[in-house]
Amino acid sequence: MNIKRAFRVWQRHLTVYTKLYKSSFVINFVEPALYLLAFGLGLGAFVKEIKGMPYIEFIAPGIMASSAVFASVYECTYGTYVRMTYQKTFDAILVTPVNLNDLIMGELLWGATKSLLYGTSIMIVITIFGLAKSPLIVLSVPILFLGGFIFAELSVICSALVPGIDSFNYFYTLFLTPMFFFSGIFFPLDAFPKIVEKIAFFTPLYHLVNITRALARGMPLSSGIDILWIFVVAGILLPYPFRLMKKRIIR
Amino acid sequence: MNIISVRGLTKLYGELRAVDRVDFDIKRGECFGFLGPNGAGKTTVMSIICCLLPPTDGDVRVFGMDVKEKPSEIKARIGVMPQDENLDPDLSVIENLIVYARYFDIPKRLSVPRADELLEFVGLTEKRNSPIKSLSGGMKRRLLLARALLNNPELLILDEPTTGLDPSSRHHVWDMLNHLKTKEGTTLVLTTHYMEEAEKLCDRVAIMSLGRVVAIDPPEALIQRYGGNLEEVYLRLTGRGLEH
Repeated sequence: MNIKRAFRVWQRHLTVYTKLYKSSFVINFVEPALYLLAFGLGLGAFVKEIKGMPYIEFIAPGIMASSAVFASVYECTYGTYVRMTYQKTFDAILVTPVNLNDLIMGELLWGATKSLLYGTSIMIVITIFGLAKSPLIVLSVPILFLGGFIFAELSVICSALVPGIDSFNYFYTLFLTPMFFFSGIFFPLDAFPKIVEKIAFFTPLYHLVNITRALARGMPLSSGIDILWIFVVAGILLPYPFRLMKKRIIR
Repeated sequence: MNIISVRGLTKLYGELRAVDRVDFDIKRGECFGFLGPNGAGKTTVMSIICCLLPPTDGDVRVFGMDVKEKPSEIKARIGVMPQDENLDPDLSVIENLIVYARYFDIPKRLSVPRADELLEFVGLTEKRNSPIKSLSGGMKRRLLLARALLNNPELLILDEPTTGLDPSSRHHVWDMLNHLKTKEGTTLVLTTHYMEEAEKLCDRVAIMSLGRVVAIDPPEALIQRYGGNLEEVYLRLTGRGLEH
Protein backbone atom coordinates (compact mmCIF):
# COMPACT_ATOMS: atom_id res chain seq x y z
CA MET A 1 0.00 0.00 0.00
CA ASN A 2 1.25 3.42 -0.96
CA ILE A 3 -0.34 6.24 1.04
CA LYS A 4 0.14 8.85 -1.67
CA ARG A 5 -1.77 6.75 -4.18
CA ALA A 6 -4.45 6.01 -1.54
CA PHE A 7 -4.73 9.77 -1.14
CA ARG A 8 -5.43 10.09 -4.89
CA VAL A 9 -8.46 7.84 -4.47
CA TRP A 10 -9.57 9.79 -1.38
CA GLN A 11 -9.15 12.98 -3.41
CA ARG A 12 -11.38 11.62 -6.19
CA HIS A 13 -14.13 10.92 -3.67
CA LEU A 14 -13.75 14.40 -2.22
CA THR A 15 -14.02 15.97 -5.69
CA VAL A 16 -17.21 14.04 -6.45
CA TYR A 17 -18.58 14.81 -2.99
CA THR A 18 -17.97 18.56 -3.25
CA LYS A 19 -20.04 18.51 -6.44
CA LEU A 20 -22.92 16.70 -4.79
CA TYR A 21 -22.80 17.76 -1.14
CA LYS A 22 -25.44 20.46 -1.49
CA SER A 23 -28.06 17.81 -2.06
CA SER A 24 -26.83 15.35 0.54
CA PHE A 25 -25.24 17.32 3.38
CA VAL A 26 -28.35 18.89 4.87
CA ILE A 27 -30.35 15.68 4.65
CA ASN A 28 -27.90 14.10 7.07
CA PHE A 29 -28.97 16.51 9.80
CA VAL A 30 -32.61 15.57 9.53
CA GLU A 31 -32.28 12.19 11.22
CA PRO A 32 -30.18 13.27 14.23
CA ALA A 33 -32.42 16.33 14.64
CA LEU A 34 -35.50 14.08 14.67
CA TYR A 35 -33.98 11.80 17.30
CA LEU A 36 -33.07 14.74 19.48
CA LEU A 37 -36.53 16.26 19.13
CA ALA A 38 -38.59 13.11 19.45
CA PHE A 39 -36.62 11.41 22.16
CA GLY A 40 -34.80 14.30 23.80
CA LEU A 41 -37.80 16.58 24.10
CA GLY A 42 -40.70 14.17 23.67
CA LEU A 43 -39.54 11.30 25.85
CA GLY A 44 -37.36 13.69 27.88
CA ALA A 45 -40.53 15.36 29.21
CA PHE A 46 -41.30 12.13 31.08
CA VAL A 47 -37.80 10.91 31.83
CA LYS A 48 -36.32 13.40 34.24
CA GLU A 49 -32.68 12.48 34.43
CA ILE A 50 -30.44 9.59 33.58
CA LYS A 51 -27.14 9.25 35.44
CA GLY A 52 -27.52 12.79 36.69
CA MET A 53 -28.01 14.34 33.24
CA PRO A 54 -31.11 15.80 31.59
CA TYR A 55 -32.31 13.18 29.11
CA ILE A 56 -31.55 15.24 25.99
CA GLU A 57 -27.99 15.75 27.20
CA PHE A 58 -27.70 12.05 27.91
CA ILE A 59 -28.57 11.07 24.34
CA ALA A 60 -26.91 13.92 22.38
CA PRO A 61 -23.30 12.56 22.26
CA GLY A 62 -24.54 9.13 21.21
CA ILE A 63 -26.69 10.63 18.46
CA MET A 64 -23.59 12.44 17.23
CA ALA A 65 -21.50 9.24 17.31
CA SER A 66 -24.10 7.07 15.60
CA SER A 67 -24.84 9.62 12.87
CA ALA A 68 -21.13 9.90 12.23
CA VAL A 69 -20.53 6.17 11.85
CA PHE A 70 -23.61 5.68 9.70
CA ALA A 71 -22.16 8.20 7.23
CA SER A 72 -19.16 5.90 6.90
CA VAL A 73 -21.37 2.82 6.65
CA TYR A 74 -23.47 4.24 3.80
CA GLU A 75 -20.34 5.32 1.99
CA CYS A 76 -18.53 1.99 2.24
CA THR A 77 -21.52 -0.28 1.64
CA TYR A 78 -23.72 1.25 -1.06
CA GLY A 79 -21.10 3.78 -2.19
CA THR A 80 -18.24 1.31 -2.47
CA TYR A 81 -20.45 -1.35 -4.03
CA VAL A 82 -21.77 1.02 -6.70
CA ARG A 83 -18.23 2.14 -7.54
CA MET A 84 -17.06 -1.45 -7.68
CA THR A 85 -19.85 -2.94 -9.79
CA TYR A 86 -22.27 -0.53 -11.49
CA GLN A 87 -20.03 2.46 -12.19
CA LYS A 88 -16.88 0.35 -12.66
CA THR A 89 -14.88 3.14 -11.05
CA PHE A 90 -12.58 0.49 -9.57
CA ASP A 91 -11.76 -0.85 -13.04
CA ALA A 92 -10.96 2.65 -14.24
CA ILE A 93 -8.66 3.35 -11.31
CA LEU A 94 -6.86 0.00 -11.27
CA VAL A 95 -5.34 0.47 -14.72
CA THR A 96 -3.53 3.57 -13.45
CA PRO A 97 -0.51 3.34 -11.11
CA VAL A 98 -3.00 2.93 -8.24
CA ASN A 99 -3.09 -0.69 -7.07
CA LEU A 100 -5.89 -2.53 -5.27
CA ASN A 101 -4.46 -2.00 -1.78
CA ASP A 102 -4.11 1.75 -2.43
CA LEU A 103 -7.68 1.84 -3.68
CA ILE A 104 -9.08 0.02 -0.63
CA MET A 105 -7.14 2.29 1.74
CA GLY A 106 -8.64 5.25 -0.14
CA GLU A 107 -12.13 3.84 0.46
CA LEU A 108 -11.46 3.33 4.19
CA LEU A 109 -9.97 6.78 4.68
CA TRP A 110 -12.84 8.38 2.82
CA GLY A 111 -15.41 6.54 4.96
CA ALA A 112 -13.62 7.76 8.08
CA THR A 113 -13.48 11.28 6.65
CA LYS A 114 -17.23 11.32 6.14
CA SER A 115 -17.73 10.28 9.76
CA LEU A 116 -15.48 13.12 10.77
CA LEU A 117 -17.35 15.64 8.60
CA TYR A 118 -20.84 14.66 9.74
CA GLY A 119 -19.88 13.98 13.35
CA THR A 120 -18.11 17.30 13.69
CA SER A 121 -20.97 19.27 12.20
CA ILE A 122 -23.42 17.63 14.62
CA MET A 123 -20.99 18.30 17.44
CA ILE A 124 -21.09 21.99 16.58
CA VAL A 125 -24.88 21.97 16.57
CA ILE A 126 -25.26 20.22 19.94
CA THR A 127 -22.63 22.50 21.46
CA ILE A 128 -24.52 25.57 20.23
CA PHE A 129 -27.68 24.22 21.86
CA GLY A 130 -25.80 23.72 25.12
CA LEU A 131 -26.12 19.94 25.08
CA ALA A 132 -22.43 19.35 25.78
CA LYS A 133 -21.31 20.59 29.13
CA SER A 134 -17.57 20.32 28.59
CA PRO A 135 -15.29 21.78 25.92
CA LEU A 136 -13.55 18.40 25.96
CA ILE A 137 -16.21 17.30 23.48
CA VAL A 138 -13.86 18.65 20.84
CA LEU A 139 -11.67 15.60 21.49
CA SER A 140 -14.46 13.57 19.88
CA VAL A 141 -13.14 14.62 16.48
CA PRO A 142 -10.28 12.06 16.28
CA ILE A 143 -12.51 9.47 18.00
CA LEU A 144 -15.19 9.94 15.33
CA PHE A 145 -12.55 9.50 12.64
CA LEU A 146 -11.29 6.28 14.18
CA GLY A 147 -14.84 5.05 14.83
CA GLY A 148 -15.69 5.85 11.21
CA PHE A 149 -12.61 3.91 10.15
CA ILE A 150 -13.77 0.79 12.03
CA PHE A 151 -17.18 0.99 10.41
CA ALA A 152 -15.54 1.55 7.02
CA GLU A 153 -13.53 -1.63 7.60
CA LEU A 154 -16.67 -3.60 8.47
CA SER A 155 -18.57 -2.12 5.52
CA VAL A 156 -15.84 -2.79 2.96
CA ILE A 157 -15.60 -6.36 4.27
CA CYS A 158 -19.33 -6.60 3.74
CA SER A 159 -19.08 -5.13 0.21
CA ALA A 160 -16.43 -7.71 -0.63
CA LEU A 161 -18.65 -10.57 0.51
CA VAL A 162 -22.18 -9.69 -0.64
CA PRO A 163 -23.42 -11.39 -3.79
CA GLY A 164 -25.61 -8.39 -4.67
CA ILE A 165 -26.60 -4.94 -3.46
CA ASP A 166 -29.81 -6.23 -1.81
CA SER A 167 -27.77 -8.35 0.58
CA PHE A 168 -26.75 -5.23 2.51
CA ASN A 169 -30.22 -5.48 4.09
CA TYR A 170 -28.90 -8.33 6.24
CA PHE A 171 -26.00 -6.23 7.48
CA TYR A 172 -28.30 -3.32 8.28
CA THR A 173 -31.17 -5.27 9.82
CA LEU A 174 -29.30 -7.99 11.66
CA PHE A 175 -26.22 -6.07 12.79
CA LEU A 176 -26.49 -2.29 12.56
CA THR A 177 -30.04 -1.73 13.79
CA PRO A 178 -29.77 -3.90 16.94
CA MET A 179 -26.35 -2.42 17.60
CA PHE A 180 -27.85 1.07 17.35
CA PHE A 181 -30.62 0.37 19.86
CA PHE A 182 -28.42 -1.54 22.30
CA SER A 183 -25.41 0.77 22.23
CA GLY A 184 -26.54 2.72 25.28
CA ILE A 185 -27.52 5.83 23.32
CA PHE A 186 -31.10 5.96 24.58
CA PHE A 187 -30.89 4.07 27.87
CA PRO A 188 -28.16 2.58 30.05
CA LEU A 189 -27.77 -1.13 29.52
CA ASP A 190 -27.67 -1.93 33.26
CA ALA A 191 -31.44 -2.37 33.27
CA PHE A 192 -31.07 -5.53 31.17
CA PRO A 193 -29.65 -8.88 32.18
CA LYS A 194 -25.85 -8.74 32.21
CA ILE A 195 -25.61 -10.65 28.92
CA VAL A 196 -26.91 -7.64 26.94
CA GLU A 197 -24.04 -5.45 28.07
CA LYS A 198 -21.62 -8.29 27.40
CA ILE A 199 -22.82 -8.57 23.81
CA ALA A 200 -22.78 -4.78 23.41
CA PHE A 201 -19.15 -4.81 24.56
CA PHE A 202 -18.27 -6.54 21.28
CA THR A 203 -19.88 -3.84 19.12
CA PRO A 204 -17.94 -0.67 18.32
CA LEU A 205 -20.82 1.80 18.69
CA TYR A 206 -21.24 0.98 22.40
CA HIS A 207 -17.68 2.18 23.03
CA LEU A 208 -18.03 5.27 20.86
CA VAL A 209 -21.14 6.24 22.83
CA ASN A 210 -19.28 5.76 26.12
CA ILE A 211 -16.33 7.83 24.94
CA THR A 212 -18.29 10.72 23.45
CA ARG A 213 -20.61 10.88 26.47
CA ALA A 214 -17.63 10.92 28.83
CA LEU A 215 -16.05 13.73 26.81
CA ALA A 216 -19.27 15.74 26.75
CA ARG A 217 -19.39 15.48 30.56
CA GLY A 218 -15.72 16.41 30.87
CA MET A 219 -14.69 13.01 32.26
CA PRO A 220 -12.40 11.58 29.57
CA LEU A 221 -10.56 9.16 31.87
CA SER A 222 -13.69 7.16 32.64
CA SER A 223 -13.66 5.81 29.08
CA GLY A 224 -10.04 4.62 28.95
CA ILE A 225 -11.00 1.02 28.22
CA ASP A 226 -13.36 2.10 25.46
CA ILE A 227 -10.61 4.14 23.80
CA LEU A 228 -8.23 1.20 24.00
CA TRP A 229 -10.95 -1.05 22.57
CA ILE A 230 -11.46 1.01 19.40
CA PHE A 231 -7.73 1.27 18.71
CA VAL A 232 -7.22 -2.48 19.15
CA VAL A 233 -10.24 -3.45 17.06
CA ALA A 234 -9.36 -1.01 14.26
CA GLY A 235 -5.98 -2.76 14.11
CA ILE A 236 -7.36 -6.30 14.27
CA LEU A 237 -9.82 -5.67 11.44
CA LEU A 238 -7.33 -3.90 9.19
CA PRO A 239 -6.06 -6.83 7.05
CA TYR A 240 -9.52 -8.13 6.15
CA PRO A 241 -10.89 -5.44 3.81
CA PHE A 242 -7.73 -5.81 1.73
CA ARG A 243 -7.69 -9.60 1.74
CA LEU A 244 -11.37 -10.05 0.97
CA MET A 245 -11.45 -7.41 -1.75
CA LYS A 246 -8.41 -9.03 -3.36
CA LYS A 247 -10.26 -12.32 -3.32
CA ARG A 248 -13.30 -10.76 -4.93
CA ILE A 249 -11.59 -8.61 -7.57
CA ILE A 250 -8.37 -10.42 -8.51
CA ARG A 251 -9.06 -14.04 -9.28
CA MET B 1 13.02 -3.84 -29.43
CA ASN B 2 10.26 -5.77 -27.64
CA ILE B 3 7.87 -3.72 -25.54
CA ILE B 4 6.03 -6.83 -24.36
CA SER B 5 7.52 -10.27 -24.02
CA VAL B 6 5.43 -13.24 -22.93
CA ARG B 7 6.78 -16.76 -22.34
CA GLY B 8 4.80 -19.82 -21.26
CA LEU B 9 1.91 -17.72 -19.95
CA THR B 10 -0.77 -19.83 -18.31
CA LYS B 11 -3.80 -18.62 -16.39
CA LEU B 12 -6.09 -20.96 -14.52
CA TYR B 13 -9.47 -20.06 -13.07
CA GLY B 14 -9.94 -23.06 -10.83
CA GLU B 15 -9.93 -25.97 -13.26
CA LEU B 16 -10.45 -23.83 -16.34
CA ARG B 17 -7.36 -23.10 -18.44
CA ALA B 18 -8.27 -19.61 -19.65
CA VAL B 19 -4.78 -19.12 -21.12
CA ASP B 20 -2.60 -22.09 -21.92
CA ARG B 21 1.19 -21.81 -22.48
CA VAL B 22 1.14 -18.72 -24.64
CA ASP B 23 4.30 -17.10 -26.09
CA PHE B 24 4.56 -13.88 -28.07
CA ASP B 25 6.54 -10.67 -28.38
CA ILE B 26 5.22 -7.25 -29.33
CA LYS B 27 7.66 -4.78 -30.86
CA ARG B 28 7.83 -1.10 -30.08
CA GLY B 29 5.75 0.93 -32.51
CA GLU B 30 3.68 -1.92 -33.94
CA CYS B 31 -0.05 -2.43 -33.85
CA PHE B 32 -0.86 -5.90 -32.58
CA GLY B 33 -4.34 -7.41 -32.60
CA PHE B 34 -5.86 -10.35 -30.75
CA LEU B 35 -8.63 -12.15 -32.59
CA GLY B 36 -10.68 -15.03 -31.31
CA PRO B 37 -14.14 -16.03 -30.15
CA ASN B 38 -15.48 -14.95 -26.76
CA GLY B 39 -13.84 -17.05 -24.06
CA ALA B 40 -10.69 -17.67 -26.11
CA GLY B 41 -8.57 -15.84 -23.53
CA LYS B 42 -7.95 -12.49 -25.25
CA THR B 43 -9.21 -10.30 -22.44
CA THR B 44 -7.39 -12.41 -19.84
CA VAL B 45 -4.09 -11.92 -21.69
CA MET B 46 -4.73 -8.17 -21.89
CA SER B 47 -5.60 -8.01 -18.18
CA ILE B 48 -2.35 -9.77 -17.30
CA ILE B 49 -0.37 -7.31 -19.44
CA CYS B 50 -2.13 -4.46 -17.60
CA CYS B 51 -1.04 -5.98 -14.26
CA LEU B 52 -4.67 -6.51 -13.23
CA LEU B 53 -4.48 -10.29 -12.96
CA PRO B 54 -1.46 -12.28 -11.84
CA PRO B 55 -0.33 -15.04 -14.20
CA THR B 56 -0.63 -18.56 -12.80
CA ASP B 57 2.59 -19.51 -14.56
CA GLY B 58 5.02 -18.08 -17.09
CA ASP B 59 7.00 -14.90 -17.54
CA VAL B 60 5.33 -11.64 -18.63
CA ARG B 61 7.49 -8.58 -19.15
CA VAL B 62 6.32 -5.13 -20.17
CA PHE B 63 9.02 -2.52 -20.85
CA GLY B 64 11.40 -5.24 -19.60
CA MET B 65 9.74 -5.29 -16.15
CA ASP B 66 7.98 -8.24 -14.55
CA VAL B 67 4.21 -7.61 -14.19
CA LYS B 68 4.25 -9.25 -10.74
CA GLU B 69 7.04 -7.04 -9.42
CA LYS B 70 6.51 -3.58 -10.87
CA PRO B 71 2.78 -3.06 -11.53
CA SER B 72 2.70 0.66 -10.72
CA GLU B 73 5.81 1.42 -12.77
CA ILE B 74 4.38 -0.45 -15.76
CA LYS B 75 0.90 1.06 -15.43
CA ALA B 76 2.37 4.57 -15.28
CA ARG B 77 3.53 4.09 -18.89
CA ILE B 78 0.49 2.43 -20.43
CA GLY B 79 -2.93 3.72 -21.42
CA VAL B 80 -6.00 1.51 -21.31
CA MET B 81 -9.25 1.99 -23.17
CA PRO B 82 -11.70 -0.45 -21.59
CA GLN B 83 -14.47 -2.32 -23.31
CA ASP B 84 -17.06 -1.14 -20.77
CA GLU B 85 -17.63 2.55 -20.31
CA ASN B 86 -16.39 3.48 -16.82
CA LEU B 87 -16.37 7.27 -16.78
CA ASP B 88 -17.29 9.09 -13.58
CA PRO B 89 -20.98 9.93 -14.10
CA ASP B 90 -20.97 12.65 -11.43
CA LEU B 91 -18.16 14.62 -13.06
CA SER B 92 -18.12 16.67 -16.25
CA VAL B 93 -16.02 15.76 -19.28
CA ILE B 94 -13.05 17.92 -18.29
CA GLU B 95 -13.31 16.93 -14.62
CA ASN B 96 -13.14 13.28 -15.60
CA LEU B 97 -9.81 13.94 -17.26
CA ILE B 98 -8.35 16.10 -14.48
CA VAL B 99 -9.30 13.61 -11.76
CA TYR B 100 -7.88 10.75 -13.81
CA ALA B 101 -4.61 12.62 -14.41
CA ARG B 102 -4.14 12.84 -10.63
CA TYR B 103 -3.77 9.06 -10.43
CA PHE B 104 -0.67 9.56 -12.57
CA ASP B 105 0.51 12.41 -10.34
CA ILE B 106 -0.03 14.93 -13.12
CA PRO B 107 -0.71 18.28 -11.43
CA LYS B 108 -3.60 20.46 -12.53
CA ARG B 109 -1.38 23.08 -14.18
CA LEU B 110 -0.22 20.36 -16.61
CA SER B 111 -3.36 18.23 -16.79
CA VAL B 112 -5.72 21.04 -17.84
CA PRO B 113 -3.79 22.02 -21.01
CA ARG B 114 -3.13 18.34 -21.74
CA ALA B 115 -6.83 17.51 -21.33
CA ASP B 116 -7.85 20.38 -23.62
CA GLU B 117 -5.35 19.24 -26.22
CA LEU B 118 -6.74 15.70 -26.06
CA LEU B 119 -10.36 16.89 -26.22
CA GLU B 120 -9.46 18.68 -29.40
CA PHE B 121 -7.77 15.54 -30.75
CA VAL B 122 -10.87 13.42 -30.12
CA GLY B 123 -13.24 16.17 -31.27
CA LEU B 124 -14.94 16.85 -27.93
CA THR B 125 -13.85 20.42 -27.28
CA GLU B 126 -17.45 21.63 -27.43
CA LYS B 127 -18.44 19.08 -24.79
CA ARG B 128 -15.69 20.19 -22.40
CA ASN B 129 -18.02 21.20 -19.56
CA SER B 130 -20.91 18.86 -20.31
CA PRO B 131 -22.09 16.13 -17.98
CA ILE B 132 -21.24 12.56 -19.02
CA LYS B 133 -24.88 11.59 -19.46
CA SER B 134 -25.24 14.08 -22.31
CA LEU B 135 -22.66 12.20 -24.41
CA SER B 136 -23.57 9.69 -27.11
CA GLY B 137 -22.00 6.22 -27.15
CA GLY B 138 -19.44 7.29 -29.73
CA MET B 139 -18.52 10.40 -27.74
CA LYS B 140 -18.02 8.32 -24.58
CA ARG B 141 -15.68 6.05 -26.52
CA ARG B 142 -13.67 9.04 -27.71
CA LEU B 143 -13.51 10.42 -24.18
CA LEU B 144 -12.25 7.04 -22.95
CA LEU B 145 -9.54 7.25 -25.58
CA ALA B 146 -8.60 10.78 -24.51
CA ARG B 147 -8.46 9.61 -20.89
CA ALA B 148 -6.18 6.71 -21.86
CA LEU B 149 -3.78 9.18 -23.46
CA LEU B 150 -3.44 11.60 -20.53
CA ASN B 151 -0.14 10.11 -19.36
CA ASN B 152 1.40 10.09 -22.86
CA PRO B 153 1.53 6.29 -22.88
CA GLU B 154 4.15 4.42 -24.86
CA LEU B 155 1.77 1.49 -25.01
CA LEU B 156 -1.96 1.79 -25.60
CA ILE B 157 -4.21 -1.15 -24.82
CA LEU B 158 -7.68 -1.22 -26.38
CA ASP B 159 -10.30 -3.84 -25.61
CA GLU B 160 -12.75 -3.90 -28.51
CA PRO B 161 -12.34 -0.19 -29.22
CA THR B 162 -15.18 0.12 -31.73
CA THR B 163 -17.72 -2.47 -30.60
CA GLY B 164 -21.21 -1.01 -30.74
CA LEU B 165 -20.25 2.08 -32.75
CA ASP B 166 -21.91 3.25 -35.93
CA PRO B 167 -19.73 3.18 -39.07
CA SER B 168 -18.81 6.85 -39.03
CA SER B 169 -17.81 6.79 -35.35
CA ARG B 170 -15.82 3.63 -36.04
CA HIS B 171 -13.88 5.31 -38.84
CA HIS B 172 -13.27 8.28 -36.57
CA VAL B 173 -11.69 5.99 -33.93
CA TRP B 174 -9.62 4.24 -36.62
CA ASP B 175 -8.29 7.56 -37.87
CA MET B 176 -7.25 8.55 -34.37
CA LEU B 177 -5.53 5.22 -33.74
CA ASN B 178 -3.73 5.48 -37.07
CA HIS B 179 -2.54 8.94 -36.13
CA LEU B 180 -1.20 7.70 -32.79
CA LYS B 181 0.65 4.87 -34.46
CA THR B 182 2.18 6.76 -37.37
CA LYS B 183 2.67 10.24 -35.87
CA GLU B 184 3.27 9.55 -32.19
CA GLY B 185 4.91 6.14 -32.49
CA THR B 186 2.56 4.66 -29.87
CA THR B 187 2.50 0.87 -29.64
CA LEU B 188 -1.09 -0.37 -29.95
CA VAL B 189 -2.43 -3.66 -28.65
CA LEU B 190 -6.09 -4.35 -29.28
CA THR B 191 -8.73 -7.04 -29.31
CA THR B 192 -11.44 -7.03 -31.91
CA HIS B 193 -14.19 -9.06 -33.49
CA TYR B 194 -14.08 -7.02 -36.70
CA MET B 195 -11.82 -8.45 -39.38
CA GLU B 196 -11.92 -5.17 -41.24
CA GLU B 197 -10.56 -3.43 -38.16
CA ALA B 198 -7.76 -5.98 -37.82
CA GLU B 199 -6.81 -5.62 -41.50
CA LYS B 200 -6.95 -1.83 -41.45
CA LEU B 201 -4.97 -1.27 -38.24
CA CYS B 202 -2.87 -4.28 -37.33
CA ASP B 203 0.67 -5.04 -38.45
CA ARG B 204 0.31 -8.49 -36.92
CA VAL B 205 -2.55 -10.45 -35.43
CA ALA B 206 -2.63 -13.36 -33.01
CA ILE B 207 -5.56 -15.69 -33.43
CA MET B 208 -6.59 -17.30 -30.15
CA SER B 209 -8.74 -20.35 -29.55
CA LEU B 210 -9.42 -22.15 -26.25
CA GLY B 211 -6.64 -20.31 -24.43
CA ARG B 212 -3.96 -20.98 -27.06
CA VAL B 213 -2.44 -18.81 -29.73
CA VAL B 214 -3.03 -20.74 -32.94
CA ALA B 215 -1.38 -18.28 -35.34
CA ILE B 216 0.65 -15.06 -35.22
CA ASP B 217 1.39 -13.23 -38.45
CA PRO B 218 0.63 -10.14 -40.47
CA PRO B 219 -2.95 -10.39 -41.79
CA GLU B 220 -1.73 -10.55 -45.41
CA ALA B 221 0.59 -13.46 -44.61
CA LEU B 222 -2.27 -15.40 -43.03
CA ILE B 223 -4.47 -14.77 -46.04
CA GLN B 224 -1.70 -15.87 -48.38
CA ARG B 225 -1.03 -19.05 -46.41
CA TYR B 226 -4.61 -20.19 -45.86
CA GLY B 227 -6.37 -18.52 -48.78
CA GLY B 228 -9.68 -16.65 -48.86
CA ASN B 229 -10.06 -13.56 -46.68
CA LEU B 230 -9.15 -12.92 -43.03
CA GLU B 231 -12.60 -13.92 -41.84
CA GLU B 232 -12.30 -17.31 -43.51
CA VAL B 233 -8.81 -17.80 -42.06
CA TYR B 234 -10.20 -16.90 -38.64
CA LEU B 235 -13.10 -19.33 -38.91
CA ARG B 236 -10.84 -22.13 -40.06
CA LEU B 237 -8.24 -21.59 -37.31
CA THR B 238 -10.76 -21.22 -34.50
CA GLY B 239 -12.41 -24.50 -35.45
CA ARG B 240 -15.58 -23.08 -36.95
CA GLY B 241 -14.63 -23.48 -40.56
CA LEU B 242 -17.17 -23.86 -43.30
CA GLU B 243 -16.19 -27.51 -43.78
CA HIS B 244 -17.62 -28.42 -40.37
